[in-house]
Order: sequence, then structure tokens, then C-alpha cells
Amino acid sequence: MMDDFNLIPLVPEIFIAFVAMGLLIVGVFHGNSSARVVSWASVLGCVIAIILLLGLSWSPQTALNNFFVFDKFSGFMKLILLIGVISSLALSVRYIIQEGMERFEYPVLILFASLGMMFMLSANNFLALYMGLELQSLSLYVLAAFHRHSRKAAEAGIKYFLLGALSSGMLLFGISLIYGFTGSIDFDVVGSALTGLEALPLGLIIGLVFVLAGLVFKISAAPFHMWTPDVYQGAPTSTTAFFAIAPKVAAMGLLIRLLMEPFGALSEQWVQILYFVSVLSMVVGSFAAIVQEDIKRLLAYSSIGNMGYALIGLVAGGPQGVSAVVLYLLIYMISTAGVFAVVLSMRRQGLSATKISDLSGLSKTAPGLAYAMFILMFSISGIPPLAGFFGKLLIFNAAVAEGYYVLATFGLLTSVVAAFYYLRIVKVMFFDDVQDPLDAEVPFARRFILAVVLCFVIGFVFKPMPFIHMADNAVSPFFAGQVVVTEQAE
Amino acid sequence: MEGFPLLSVIAFSPLAGVLALLMIRGAPEVVALNSKRVALFTSLFPLIGGIFMYLFFDGQSADFQFVEDSGWLKALGFRYQMGVDGISMFFVLLSVFLTPICILSAWEAIQTRVREYMVAFLILETLMVGTFCALDTVLFYVFFEGVLLPMFLIIGVWGGPRRVYASYKFFLYTLLGSVLMLVGMLVLYAQTGTTDIRVLMENPVASHLQYWLWLAFFASFAVKMPMWPVHTWLPDAHVEAPTAGSVILAGVLLKMGGYGFLRFSLPMFPEASAYFTDFVFVLSVIAIIYTSLVALVQEDMKKLIAYSSVAHMGFVTLGIFTATMQGVQGAIFQMLSHGLISGALFLCVGVVYDRLHTREMARYGGIVKNMPRYATVFMIFMLGSVGLPGTSGFVGEFLVLLGTFQVHTVYAALAATGVVLGAAYMLMLYRRVVFGPPAHNDALAMPDLSLREFWILAPLVVLVLWLGVFPNQVNNKIAPSVERLISLYQTGQPVDVRAVDNEGQLAN
Repeated sequence: MMDDFNLIPLVPEIFIAFVAMGLLIVGVFHGNSSARVVSWASVLGCVIAIILLLGLSWSPQTALNNFFVFDKFSGFMKLILLIGVISSLALSVRYIIQEGMERFEYPVLILFASLGMMFMLSANNFLALYMGLELQSLSLYVLAAFHRHSRKAAEAGIKYFLLGALSSGMLLFGISLIYGFTGSIDFDVVGSALTGLEALPLGLIIGLVFVLAGLVFKISAAPFHMWTPDVYQGAPTSTTAFFAIAPKVAAMGLLIRLLMEPFGALSEQWVQILYFVSVLSMVVGSFAAIVQEDIKRLLAYSSIGNMGYALIGLVAGGPQGVSAVVLYLLIYMISTAGVFAVVLSMRRQGLSATKISDLSGLSKTAPGLAYAMFILMFSISGIPPLAGFFGKLLIFNAAVAEGYYVLATFGLLTSVVAAFYYLRIVKVMFFDDVQDPLDAEVPFARRFILAVVLCFVIGFVFKPMPFIHMADNAVSPFFAGQVVVTEQAE
Repeated sequence: MEGFPLLSVIAFSPLAGVLALLMIRGAPEVVALNSKRVALFTSLFPLIGGIFMYLFFDGQSADFQFVEDSGWLKALGFRYQMGVDGISMFFVLLSVFLTPICILSAWEAIQTRVREYMVAFLILETLMVGTFCALDTVLFYVFFEGVLLPMFLIIGVWGGPRRVYASYKFFLYTLLGSVLMLVGMLVLYAQTGTTDIRVLMENPVASHLQYWLWLAFFASFAVKMPMWPVHTWLPDAHVEAPTAGSVILAGVLLKMGGYGFLRFSLPMFPEASAYFTDFVFVLSVIAIIYTSLVALVQEDMKKLIAYSSVAHMGFVTLGIFTATMQGVQGAIFQMLSHGLISGALFLCVGVVYDRLHTREMARYGGIVKNMPRYATVFMIFMLGSVGLPGTSGFVGEFLVLLGTFQVHTVYAALAATGVVLGAAYMLMLYRRVVFGPPAHNDALAMPDLSLREFWILAPLVVLVLWLGVFPNQVNNKIAPSVERLISLYQTGQPVDVRAVDNEGQLAN
């Protein structure tokens, strides 16, 4: 594969890089007043990147001396990632202006973070992985602290940075151990070196554990979740929206590739780890959220729990399980975008309000928002016939098919606990009286995103197959040797 | 009717009404009035569809009829399959019959957020019909569980003072039971490779799995039913829910549990069902006697009827698990009759509640003088609930006791005491509210039934009496399906047990 200098698969990344740098220059010349233009230009850039992405050939190909791989999986994950980036950019334009953070660096940083995430999804080498991850993380640290004058935001940024640096250190340590035992950082070489092993050296296992710990931190699953609630709460809400939507997709995609390809032979080892992580995340995500007063904190715990559910699919493994994870991520991302469209619109007298009690009586003051939130909350808690139910259904179906009865039962029971706090939001909006009405103004971009999200969440039940096929297709590169997915039981 | 998706039309026509409701514009009063009209009009379509279904239904056949089958989640093997047999058809009829009544009964009682209320009821109707028609386990689950959403809102938004507590309790209890059933369904699918209810009914799973699966499904249906000791959500939900919510809850939602036992537990896990029979019998008898006693000491009319519902549902579970022709038929009949009678009783309570805004029995008394028509109608339903011959309540209870007697005399005897207790609390309710010393002037000043109220209750009176006098109209159509159910249950028993049972069957 060392033959040609093929940059074609990188075209979307290169394009995003140019857009980001170009917009940086525009911003420098026109000052902060250009923030709005730069934001919408970034959205446009992402749209064009999607078109470029769709124009590529999605058959597996590598580039940059096997540094970079492009196949159906990375293509699909990049697609949903970019959609997530677009929606979070569109959601935040009005917010950064209202909050006085109208600076052109904001959208540019989001673009750089997205660039890092796209590299993560295409990494075929531990060095590429690390580079992508750090490009993403460094941009995210700044974004978390973007509200310079807010103490909370600064605190969130520092916390995120310190813990993030720690996790990157663990990741690097793990990578170096793996390099030491296999002699390579190339995914393909590591994969074939691990396949032949008879007895696993202890150091290699430690390396695996460290790498996983580093990545589990990035998807904010327990027990490496501590940063999540603080960062979600402290960061500006628009940043939180971005945190909740995009990095999860990227980190999970990276994790899937890592576990399927280089570490595929070690599945017996990592399944145990992920089993534990998944159970712990579900417990933390459901129980700790009950006592939260702040909706951003609550959503942080909700995301922890949701990552726990997604990991069930990875534990189950196989085409069915992994495809369920991809679909789950897609549904989770879309619903989260909708939820944040509502949360970003929670303002009172020009100030952002993020307490759950601020929502009281919303169904009377802003019925549209309240019903949207109602549907989204029930979708995330997995009540049929909404989309979230099908995400969970496929995950648990995969788990049960592989014999993980206990894990599936446990997951469903914690989802009942989780339903309790989602219900609480609905209760506050619908059953409580209005205390202090929120400003009911919702900008067009948010309304549009909310409408699209709701159409998806409600309409999924009527036409679920296309999405399931997409997810099946996306994971097909990992199971090329096996019979293609789930066409059974006819 | 070949090829016409009748069941889908019945199930999904309310959704068209929902879309229409969302488009209504104008001043709040106009929206409210138009919403009511649109909702009522829409709810007539499923009713007409239901009548067609009844007329074209082949009562001789035990097969599923009006079957529809199309893709949906087909790569996973989950299909959109709808169909009714003799058992489910009547539940569909019950649902489409009660919905217009509920909408009418809310005409004046609901003053706030009328449009949303109507949307909730129409969505609820879709989900209820879907639950009884679904022939795929996952599809069934989608409908069955989806019911929670509108019902949660109905109790929580338009309910009484403790509505938040009641709606939470309702939601979480039911959800907890249901997720266990979902695990059971997925295990069933993993083991058999199909979610087709018809196939699963014919091919029971391996016996070591049956016990676990039976328990998983039982968790869901027992809560929904509700059986003692997981019934405690019901009195709360009933008391707090608005009248129409109580009607639909008692009339249809409780029947989903019984329907689930008939559709899943008995045919799919026959061995486990036989094994757990005594367990169910004990719970049922406790439910009958204990909740009847509890009902005796209630001061709140709705709470009394709610407890009586639990007792009546005890008869249903008793009848189902006798797995005899009479027992099962009686259980189904009892469910239908209870759907009508308890729904009507809640409507009767609603009538006086709308006038005096209290459900306390002591606040009424002697209203037979000023409300003679009301007293008459109320009496019919009260006697129906007691199980007086000539009303539908009698047929169900009698058949259940007959079936139980063949299987186990002691349980039958204990259950029969429930009939006596039932008479005690219902007569007490009637005496204190309708007769009794005329103590309160405001109660005596209440006007009699309005024309609307009369026409809401009239069809129920007719049906209760008609079913009481001509029960075979229903029983004959149920019979083939019940026969097949019982034969599936019998063939599912291990060989040695089956031999004994067959002898018993012949002796009858």
C-alpha cells in the first residue's frame, strides 16, 4: 500500500481544513462582527464537505502510507458527524450573540474540532489516532472555556483540560506498550500480530486497558465520567450542545474500529472491560441523574447512561451488535440535537436559564417547545413508538441474541429508573404551574432543526428499514468475511 | 373485504383526526369546540369500521381474520402483522365503542387544553386497537407500551389534586413490568427466530425456558391487569384521572393484561402456565376477597369502583388459568362486561362529580328524588356489577365459577364469597349515594341527567342488558378461538400430564 500518493479519500478533510483557515483569515480582517457570517459560512462548508464525501467512492481505500483509511464505516460515521456539526453550529449562532461571545473563533474552533474527529474516524494507525484525538481535544478545551468572563466556563475548561490531558497520557502510555509488544503502530500490523498470539503477555493487556481507559474517557462512560457533569454545566450551552452531539460519534466510531480491527483478536479481554464499563455507566447515568437540578447536568448524566446502552451493543458484538451501536448513535445524536434546540431556547429576560424548574408550566407559555421536549424525552427514555425505542430494541436484541440475558435485563431495568427523571422534566413542563415564564422566542434555525428532528423521531416507526440498512452497510467492512447481517428469520 | 386493510383503517383512522386537530386555528373557544367536534366525528370512523368487522367476521372459524402482513422491520424478522380472532375482535369492538363515549363525556368536564385532550384520546384509540390486532410480538409491544404516553398525560394534566403522584406511579409500575416482558420477547425471538404470534402459538418453546419467559410476561400482564399485590397503582390512577380517563383505563387498558395472558401465556408457555396455575389461583382469590373487603370501607366512590375492578379482574385471571372452555369463555365475557359496566359506573360517578365536584359518598344521599332517571340508570349498572342474572355481569362470573369448580372446588367456593361481598359494597354504594337520608341541600338541588349524559349512558344500558339476555351472541363467536386455545394448551402439556387431562376432559 506504500505505492501512490493518493489524496482523494482526504478531500473532505482537506476542504474543511481550508475552510477553517480561510474563515480564520476572514475573521482576522473583519473582526468579531463577522461571527455570524463566519458561522453560516462554516455551515455551508460542512454542507459542501458532505457533498464531497458522498461523491467519493466508498470502497475501502487507504492513503498516506496506510495512515488513513476510508471505507463505508468511516464514510457513514463522518456523514452523521457532519450532520451533527451542522446542527450544533446552526443551533448556536443566536446563542453566542445573545451571550456576548460573538467571536469569529467560535465556529472556526468547531471546524477544527470536526476536522480532528474526521481524522479519528479514518485513523488506521495509532499515531493518526492520537493526532486526530488531540486536534479535537485541544479545540474542545478552548470551546469549553470560551465564555472568558464566566468563572464556571473557565472552571469547566480547566477541568476538562486537566482530566483530558490525563486521559491522553493514559492513551499514549497504552499505545507505547502495545507498540512495545507488537512492534508496530499500524492497525493492520498490530491486528495480525495479535491474531497469532498463543499466550497474551501481561504488558499487552495493560496496554489494552490503558488505551480503552483513554477512549472511555472521551465517550464519557463511567468510571471515567467525572468531568462530564461539570463540563456540561459550566461550558456555554452552545458548546455543551456540540459536546453532546459530535465527539460522542467520533470517539465511539474510533472505539468501534479499534476493537474490531487491531484488537479484534483480543475480544475476550475487552468484552469483560466493556461489560463492566457499560453496567457502571448505566447505573451512574440513571441513579445520579435523579437528584440533578440543572438540566445541563441532567443531560450529562443522561449521556453517560446512553453511552452505557451503546456499549451493550459492542459487548454483544457481531454485525448485529455493532450495527445496533451505529444506529443507536445516530438516533441519540439526532434526539440530542433536538433537546439542545429546546435548552438553548430557555432564556428569561435575556439571560440563559438552565434550571429544570425554569421549565415549569412551559406547556402553557410555549406549547410547541413543551410538546417537542415531551416527545424527545420519551424518545430518549425508550418508549415506543418513538425512535429511541428502536435504538434500544436493536441493542437489546443483539445482546439477547448473543446470550447476554443478564446485561439486557439490567439495561432495561436501569432504563426504567432513567425514565423517572425524564418524566420529571415532562412533569415540570406539563403538570406544574407557571412560575416565571421563559421568553418564548425561538429563532428560525432552531425551529427548523426541531421540526426535522421531530419528524425523524416520530416518523421512524413507519419507515425504519432504510436507517437499519444504512447502519448494516456501515459496519459491513468489519465483517467482510461473514454472511451479511441479519437476513435471517424470513 | 378481501385485500382491504380493514384493521389498519380502524387502527389508524384516528391519526387522521389528530392531524386535522393540529390544524385547527382560531380563538380558544372556537378551537375547543371544533376540536371536540372533529374528535367525535373521527372516532366514529373506527366505530363504523368495527361494526363492519363484526358483520364480516366468520364466527365459525378459529383462524385469524382480516390478516395484513407487510415488511416494517423485516430484515430483523419483525413484521407488521395485524389480524383478529374471536377473542381479540371483541376487545377491538370494546375500544372503538368506548372512545366516542369518552369523548362525549368530556364535552363539558374538560375546559382546559381541549385540543390536546382530544389528541391524546385519539392516539390512545390507535394504540389500543393496535394492541389487540397485532400479530407480531414486537409490534404488540410497540402498541402496548405506547399507551403509557397519552395515558400519562391524561392523568397528569387533567387529573385531580394528587395527579402527579398517580401518573408517576401508573407509568413506572407499568413500565417496569413491560421491560421484563420485552426481555422475554427478545429471548423468545432469539430462541425461535420468529416474532410471529401465530407461529409462536403453535410451537411452544423448550420447557426449561418456559418458566422464565412465563414469569417475564407475567410481570407485565399482572401489573396491567392488575393483580394483587401489584394493583396499588390502580386506585390512585382511577381516583386522580378525569372521568373519561377512568373509563378508558377500566374499560380497555386493564383488559390488555387479560388479553396478554390469553394470547401469550397460555398458548406459548402451556407447561409453565399449568405449573403456575395454583400460584395464579391464590393471587386471584386473594384479590377477589381482599380487595372486596377494602372496597367495603371506601369513602370515595371512584376508589370503591377501582377496588371492585381489581376484584372483578381476579375472576378473570381465575377463569383464564382454569384452561377450561367455560372458564376461559367466562373470563373473556367478564372482561367485556366489566369494560362496559365499570366504564359506565365511572361515567355515573362523573355525572354527579360534575355537579358537586366531590366523590365522597357522604356528601350525597337521597338524590333519587331529584334525579330519578339517573337513579334508574345507575341501578342497572350497579346490579350489573353485582352480577344479577339478566345483566352481562352475571354471565361472566357464572361461567368463571363453573369453570373453576371443575378444576378446584375450594378456589371456586372462595371466589364465590367474592360475589357476595361484591353485592355488599355495591349495594352500600348505591344506598348511600342514591337513597339514604337527604342530608345536603346542594346534592338535592342537582338536576337530572342532561340529554347528552342520557345518550352517553343509553347505549351502555342497552348493551349490558342485551349481553345479559343473549350472551351467546358473543360466546358463539368466541368459542372456536377458545377451543383452539385450549387444545393448544392441552397439546403443550408434557405427555403424562396430558393423558390425565384428556381423561378429565372426556369425563366432562
